[in-house]
Amino acid sequence: MTTPLNSPAQRWLDTPLLSVEHLTMRFGGIVAVDDLSFQVGRGDITALIGPNGAGKTTVFNCLTGFYKPSEGRIVMRHGPGPHDAALAAAHSGGLRHSKDGDSGVFLLERMPDFEIPRQAGVARTFQNIRLFGGMTVLENLLVAQHNGLMVASGYTLGGILGLPGYRRAEKKAIDRAVYWLEQTALLDRADDPAGDLSYGAQRRLEIARAMCTGPKLLCLDEPAAGLNPRESAELNRLIRTIRDEHGTSVLLIEHDMGVVMEISDHVVVLDYGVKIADGSAETVRNDPKVIAAYLGVEDEAEAEDIVEGVAS
Amino acid sequence: MATASNIRPGPTRAASLEQGAFVWSVALADAAKAAALAGILGFFFIGMKTDIAGDGLVLSYRWAALGHAVLIVFLGRLLLDALLGKAAPVTTQMLTAGIFIAGIAGIMTQDATGGSLPARALVGAVLGGLIVAVLYGVALWRRRPAPARAEATRQARFAIPIGIALVLLALTLPFLITTFLPGQQRQFIDLAILILTYVMLGWGLNIVVGLAGLLDLGYVAFYAVGAYSFALLSTCFPFIGFWSALPLAGMLAGMWGLVLGFPVLRLRGDYLAIVTLAFGEIIRVVLLNWVDFTNGPNGISGVPKPTFFGLEFSRGEGGFADFFGLEFSTIHRFIYLYYIILALAFLTNFVTLRLRKLPIGRAWEALREDEIACRALGINTTNTKLTAFGIGAMFGGLAGAFFATRQGFVSPESFTFMESAIILAIVVLGGLGSQMGVVIAATVMIGGIEMLRHISFVGQIFPGVDPVQYRMIIFGLAMVAIMIWKPRGFISRRNPSAVLKERKSIGADLVSQGEGH
Repeated sequence: MTTPLNSPAQRWLDTPLLSVEHLTMRFGGIVAVDDLSFQVGRGDITALIGPNGAGKTTVFNCLTGFYKPSEGRIVMRHGPGPHDAALAAAHSGGLRHSKDGDSGVFLLERMPDFEIPRQAGVARTFQNIRLFGGMTVLENLLVAQHNGLMVASGYTLGGILGLPGYRRAEKKAIDRAVYWLEQTALLDRADDPAGDLSYGAQRRLEIARAMCTGPKLLCLDEPAAGLNPRESAELNRLIRTIRDEHGTSVLLIEHDMGVVMEISDHVVVLDYGVKIADGSAETVRNDPKVIAAYLGVEDEAEAEDIVEGVAS
Repeated sequence: MATASNIRPGPTRAASLEQGAFVWSVALADAAKAAALAGILGFFFIGMKTDIAGDGLVLSYRWAALGHAVLIVFLGRLLLDALLGKAAPVTTQMLTAGIFIAGIAGIMTQDATGGSLPARALVGAVLGGLIVAVLYGVALWRRRPAPARAEATRQARFAIPIGIALVLLALTLPFLITTFLPGQQRQFIDLAILILTYVMLGWGLNIVVGLAGLLDLGYVAFYAVGAYSFALLSTCFPFIGFWSALPLAGMLAGMWGLVLGFPVLRLRGDYLAIVTLAFGEIIRVVLLNWVDFTNGPNGISGVPKPTFFGLEFSRGEGGFADFFGLEFSTIHRFIYLYYIILALAFLTNFVTLRLRKLPIGRAWEALREDEIACRALGINTTNTKLTAFGIGAMFGGLAGAFFATRQGFVSPESFTFMESAIILAIVVLGGLGSQMGVVIAATVMIGGIEMLRHISFVGQIFPGVDPVQYRMIIFGLAMVAIMIWKPRGFISRRNPSAVLKERKSIGADLVSQGEGH
């Protein structure tokens, strides 16, 4: 609560991977997200929380190009540093992105949805699971590697002729899929249709599928919804592995405070489309505004007790 | 006798019907009611007929046909009651089936027996008894305990041998026909060519509808583009033969697929279906009205026949038969046409099977499953849909070019919506995405329609009725029946495109059907 500003712990201010700047999303007369600004730190696990209808999924849909924001800018940065010069040039030059080797800036609000995972390296999962139910688990993970395989198959021509380059690429793609199946404990279900998996396994598969696109930022929309405590604990471990061993930053929407408080480095709280708190898990947990928004009570002491109880 | 097979005596009529128990008196009364209704309705539809006489129309009556219809309804209703009533013992079911068949046989043998009632009854009884015996045997055989999980494994185990057998059959078919059916060889090879054309069209449309899940009701447009491309190219530029025009026709049709696809593919579901339907009609109407270019309703005739490495299938010097020292026969050309369409169909199948295992094919199937998830994985769905549309259209165009060279004549009449509907029906009945299903459905549908032309016994049951006139009704009823028993088509299981350890086919209930289904 008394953390000084710009302390080394606050990576989201020092090395932002993603900046959401003055994001506003209107649907007709309804303002779902109102002038929202926050940053996601490189290597952080960031949680976006808030009561139902606060606009969290709308923010996700703006990030991943499914909605075009009414106003505001969303910047994704590859490579260390804020890239201010490149960003200013791209912004004023009307570019969607500017890349220089491994580093680059991407103005997500200008990019079509399918370019965002491909170019900017932002992958997502869905609140209501969206797997390819009639395809096997392995096929789901191969579809996620579509763009790389497409190039390897010579945009299909080489693949039809059966050139060896494609076969090697496919072998590699299967290896990658197998790696993620091991990480998500789904390896023995590889040849089963995705629609046959249990709910928890489908959630894990969706994360594995998103990771197969090789993202820099993984956006998880309520990954712990409908999971039992043991599955939640496994999920926490999986998210940590993704961050620690693959350098993929994670942005997640979650209602399960156990998950949020345990793994988040940084929590952003929304209510009615407005940011009401932003900081470390500890800071946010004790914020009276957050307590009021979640519990709708005036008595702070009582509310605090309840939140602590939920969190522990 | 009537109450002998009634096991549970005493239930009231209503209760017995509810429980599905079979009571002879109830069933007979029910059948009589149905027969009376058939008599009243049939009096106008079957019993009366207007003929053209010298001085106008005269009304004539067909009492025999009406009588037969009433008898069939009576026996059929009895049979239905016995079969659908769960409590009816097998013997009762067999007995009613026997009576039904005896009745039909009695009617059919009217001519053979000189029309005398006892003779017809005798023939009917013998035939009915024979068939009951067969049915009883089948029923006993089917009661054996079935092995667990039989269907899926049996399908998987026999898939490859059956496939090889079918390929061998397809490769040797013309020679089998010329050997075993020398009198009707031309007719049967023609039918085989027709079926193969529809198999190829079905496989082409399967890419669009079965794999990518885009409901296309105007597929015939690309068939037309291919046919007209070849017809126009070969008649305007005589040096262009079939083999050089074939790829051009395919490319032109593919290009039109992209051109039409681009504006259309933003739409989804029902809207997509309606607009493709409209495009199919627009192409036909343009062909009909652009007289300067397409010769309008008169069509284009004199489309050249395909040559065998420059050899024409003509009589005399320099022809195919002459070059190989064979005796000239028109059947050579039909056999050659058969092998051309067989090769084209195999090409379609090979490319489709190959594409399914490539990223593009997987993206099509993923698109059918969930378009939004595809976009979230970085797949450009517009391009992916366009490739499906374009490749499907290309195969339609190749089939069209073949159609033009086979007929030697093209006109807009050949490319009506009915054609689109038949091709789509083949894909849907066969099972979306299933290559083998398309073959089965095309054979059953196209072959079946042709076979209906040759069923003369209907004319014996209903004197004065031409079965050819009713083939679309029979066809429609068959489709309804298939959709009731096999709602996802003949082959509805999906084969995965990539396997890690064990190949397991995926049940139809999990596979989604894409947009507009």
